[in-house]
Amino acid sequence: MKPSSTQPFRIAKRGALSAAREVQFTFDGRSYAGLEGETLASALLANGVHLMGRSFKYHRPRGVMAAGVEEPNALVGITRDNARHTPNVRASVQELYDGLTATSQNRFPTLNFDLGAFNSLMSTFFPAGFYYKTFKWPRSAWDKVYEPFIRRAAGLGTAPSEADPDRYANRFAHCDVLVIGGGASGMMAAKTAVDRGQSVILCDENPTLGGWLLSDTDVTIDGQPGVQWAATMATGLAAHDNVRLLTRTTGFGYFQQNMVALAERLTDHLATPGPALPRERLWQVRAKRVVLAQGAIERHMVFPDNDRPGIVLAGAAQTWLNRYGVSVGKRVGVFTACDTAYQAAFDLAEEGVDVPLIADTRPQVAEDILAQAEEFGIEIITDAQMTGTTGRLRMNSMIVNGDREEEVDALITSAGWTPSLHLYSQSRGKPQWDAKTQRFVPGQSPQDCVTVGACNGATDLQTALHEAALAVGGKPADFAIADDVSIAGGMIGETRMPQKRGKAFVDFQNDVTAKDIKLAVREGMHSIEHVKRYTTNGMATDQGKLSNMHGLAIAAEMLDKRIPEVGLTTFRAPYTPTTFGTFVAQATGPLFDPERRTPIDGWAEENGAVFEPVSLWRRAWYFPQAGEDMREAVDRECQTVRKTAGIFDASTLGKIEVVGPDAAAFMDIIYTNGWSKLKPGRAKYGIMLREDGFIYDDGVVGKLSDTRFHVTTTTGGAPRVLNHMEDYLQTEFPDMRVWLTSTSEQWATIAVQGPKACEIIEPLVTGQKLDNESFPHMSVAECKVCGVDARLFRISFTGELGFEINVPADYGRTVWEAVWTRAKPLGACVYGTEAMHVLRAEKGYIIVGQDTDGTVTPHDAGLSWAIAKAKPDFVGKRGLERPDLKAPGRRQLVGLKTTDPAIVLEEGAQIVDDPEQPTPMKMLGFVTSSYWSGSLGHSIAMALIEGGRDRIGEKLYVPVPDAEPIEVEITGTVFWDESGERIHG
Amino acid sequence: MLLIHCPYCEAERPELEFANAGEAHIVRPKDMSQMSDEDFEAMFFIRDNPKGINLERWRHVHGCGRFFNAIRSTVTDKFLKTYKAGEPRPSGDEIAELMK
Ligand SMILES: [Zn+2]
Repeated sequence: MKPSSTQPFRIAKRGALSAAREVQFTFDGRSYAGLEGETLASALLANGVHLMGRSFKYHRPRGVMAAGVEEPNALVGITRDNARHTPNVRASVQELYDGLTATSQNRFPTLNFDLGAFNSLMSTFFPAGFYYKTFKWPRSAWDKVYEPFIRRAAGLGTAPSEADPDRYANRFAHCDVLVIGGGASGMMAAKTAVDRGQSVILCDENPTLGGWLLSDTDVTIDGQPGVQWAATMATGLAAHDNVRLLTRTTGFGYFQQNMVALAERLTDHLATPGPALPRERLWQVRAKRVVLAQGAIERHMVFPDNDRPGIVLAGAAQTWLNRYGVSVGKRVGVFTACDTAYQAAFDLAEEGVDVPLIADTRPQVAEDILAQAEEFGIEIITDAQMTGTTGRLRMNSMIVNGDREEEVDALITSAGWTPSLHLYSQSRGKPQWDAKTQRFVPGQSPQDCVTVGACNGATDLQTALHEAALAVGGKPADFAIADDVSIAGGMIGETRMPQKRGKAFVDFQNDVTAKDIKLAVREGMHSIEHVKRYTTNGMATDQGKLSNMHGLAIAAEMLDKRIPEVGLTTFRAPYTPTTFGTFVAQATGPLFDPERRTPIDGWAEENGAVFEPVSLWRRAWYFPQAGEDMREAVDRECQTVRKTAGIFDASTLGKIEVVGPDAAAFMDIIYTNGWSKLKPGRAKYGIMLREDGFIYDDGVVGKLSDTRFHVTTTTGGAPRVLNHMEDYLQTEFPDMRVWLTSTSEQWATIAVQGPKACEIIEPLVTGQKLDNESFPHMSVAECKVCGVDARLFRISFTGELGFEINVPADYGRTVWEAVWTRAKPLGACVYGTEAMHVLRAEKGYIIVGQDTDGTVTPHDAGLSWAIAKAKPDFVGKRGLERPDLKAPGRRQLVGLKTTDPAIVLEEGAQIVDDPEQPTPMKMLGFVTSSYWSGSLGHSIAMALIEGGRDRIGEKLYVPVPDAEPIEVEITGTVFWDESGERIHG
Repeated sequence: MLLIHCPYCEAERPELEFANAGEAHIVRPKDMSQMSDEDFEAMFFIRDNPKGINLERWRHVHGCGRFFNAIRSTVTDKFLKTYKAGEPRPSGDEIAELMK
């Protein structure tokens, strides 16, 4: 071995990175050197660091085991700054860059000395199902003892302390063939498809295409080393217009009809990411055909103390050596049940690494392998079992067959290879059990999806390449392939030695041992789904990529059943942990829920409005003048409207144009009121119900002609009201000649309310006289305002003389400014939504969704007058006849006055008749709206109260936590101008 | 994400453009005043929740805006057929044929 001076396990000139730039990084505060392009795990190994984490439950010291995404132990936090800290990054896939800062997780206080390891000594008391057995009763212990304990014990890593400043992107894409996995078979499928004129997307989670060929230095294809063949293939594909190659891109979710989600990582490997780059990009690809070429995942051996740092998968050791030039140790033992581990051992031996011993569980090993071993001077014990290992933070020796102890600083193991069925299973394919090879392989796919290569069960390269060509309709070509080692064979389950002591780990990340699985079966968990949940086997962030088959085999043996009878747990998306950023993409901040603004919004902003969100709209809440707080501003706005006038931006009102010869008949069906007899030029307050009789929406409707209605809805209700109308029109009354159009955003709506309303607008209006005779309350006219086509309503949501001017949205601000120019010198004000609410509540006008909650009928709300009794049918008519809706004692909308006029009740507060009664108290109802009324000099409220209208004058109470209950008197809902005269000016 | 065939647009469009609208073929009687409370309950409140074939309504809400009916399996999510509102309820034989 030719070690580099600073990195004692670096082997010069071995691996693809021999000429790479040296970079500096830190792990737990210590500086190390590594090579650009290798993984963090590889760089740490080059420095002789195996210990990279602590296990979840027992806090046992753990080293890296795998060179890919299946790694269960080496989870680290990667920190760029306070906002850019990513927990649970697998060191085995994190690419090294200059200045990378990594910290270990799940240890306290340090990785080398961890107090939590006490759990390991106590492990007798933490058997499978421990949490289920322990945290049951008493109920009172949950809040103070159990939950805090579980919360502290649960959770890996720490979240960043600041909001994520990075950008995430998303794209949709379509192609003829989507290939997932860029190894030999994946590239072959892509090349065959593109040669046949098909459009192709090929993705691979690694930075470089080539898959296993990058780790195998022996195999040759048509005389070329495999790694060179792969590079040629990749270059050829990249040059093609019809191919999109996505590296560092994981196919993590397979959905219906060949929709596959890919997560592309663009900056996590860069020392200084450019500001223009998104960190990640979500691809939603719809493919005519999907080719899965995900390869296979090597299994570890399940034997006592199989989790010491230094014990790694044989294939991983081969990858670190052949790709990055790193040896896992100086004296390396082998424990295997298949041939591939020998290739790793020979590669290490070739570089002068001491390989004293190979323990093989099989009775026989092929002649040529034995011969090679002899050449390297490696001893082989067949029919061997490993009975233990020694060492604390790093392994010291391997123990074979109980008595043979060999000093080693690393052990490579292989129990064989598991075809990666994750995406096939997500596509809802059912894995088939192949008894001969003891593996699950893909069966028929329910979608247009073909699996090829190692994930389809192919064990040699030639078969894999054949399958790949056939998958896309090509002709399989024969290649001259030499020195290809078969990945066939192996074992599943526990090794066969009576096990006295030491834990034989099945699932490393969740600390599940073979014993735990046996215990679960003994305690009655007979389905693999139950075993999994009871032991948490396969439930960690690696989703059991190493452990599932072993766990299944152990459970099957205990149950004395065949493996397929015990069943395989379902694979779920995502294949590997995926950031929330990937899913969220641009939908953050102002794009999370896009804000709607009215044409007058800009004016409001320039004039000092304070805004509030109302459904998706931003609305002017109030317009404070210098020195005013909210209450003062709202009081002034309300009183100015009542004394003089005010103007209000009502543009957010939902508007629907109902047109057609049968428009009135349709309105008769949708609303409780009658519309046929209403004269054109008149408007009416309408209520619509659901079929069950409850109020759905309300609003004023203007009848412009016998065939045209201008419908208004609540601000938030417009889309569902249109949907409700379309539903009845299309499916229940399809013969009606009616057309519905959303016009909410076509009209800007300016309300002018107050005694001087007419004086303000009169000079601006042409084509319509405004006196009480010509244009009484509840009128509508098409006329001109400021020379612009307008729909003018004479209506009031304040109880004062009022108008609402609708003009095309583009003229909204101009007309608004013209109205304001008239209004201001007359002493009028601009008012916002808060004053609007107070003004309407003073008059007892309801807001659907605030004073009603989906269980309120028009009768409950005191709106029986709005139901046309003579109509044969309307939506909700039959519903209103239901016995419960006619029963006495229903909650009815009433007014409330507090005995102390200064107290403003909480909206939602509960109301009782006797505040001294024991809890839980009998609740009579609750407050729906509550305000301070400056005009009246006392607070006002509305409430839904059982039998409320019969209780007018009664005193009830609002209990308050830790204070005296508030006494209230039940009143009618109209607080201001009960006779309603002011509305006529 | 499903692809849904809109029988009005005569095109497959992604699920994002559609909204489910509940069980299909529930008829609102012409004269509802004659309905018993039990019939009203059955018509308005009671819904099937089948495992397997479900006849349901969808609306191409971000497309042509039309309501239509669909035969869909609640197990596989697969659409066997979509058809226009007002077309008759498919027979058992027809559904069996589609499931082949
Ligand atoms: Zn359509």
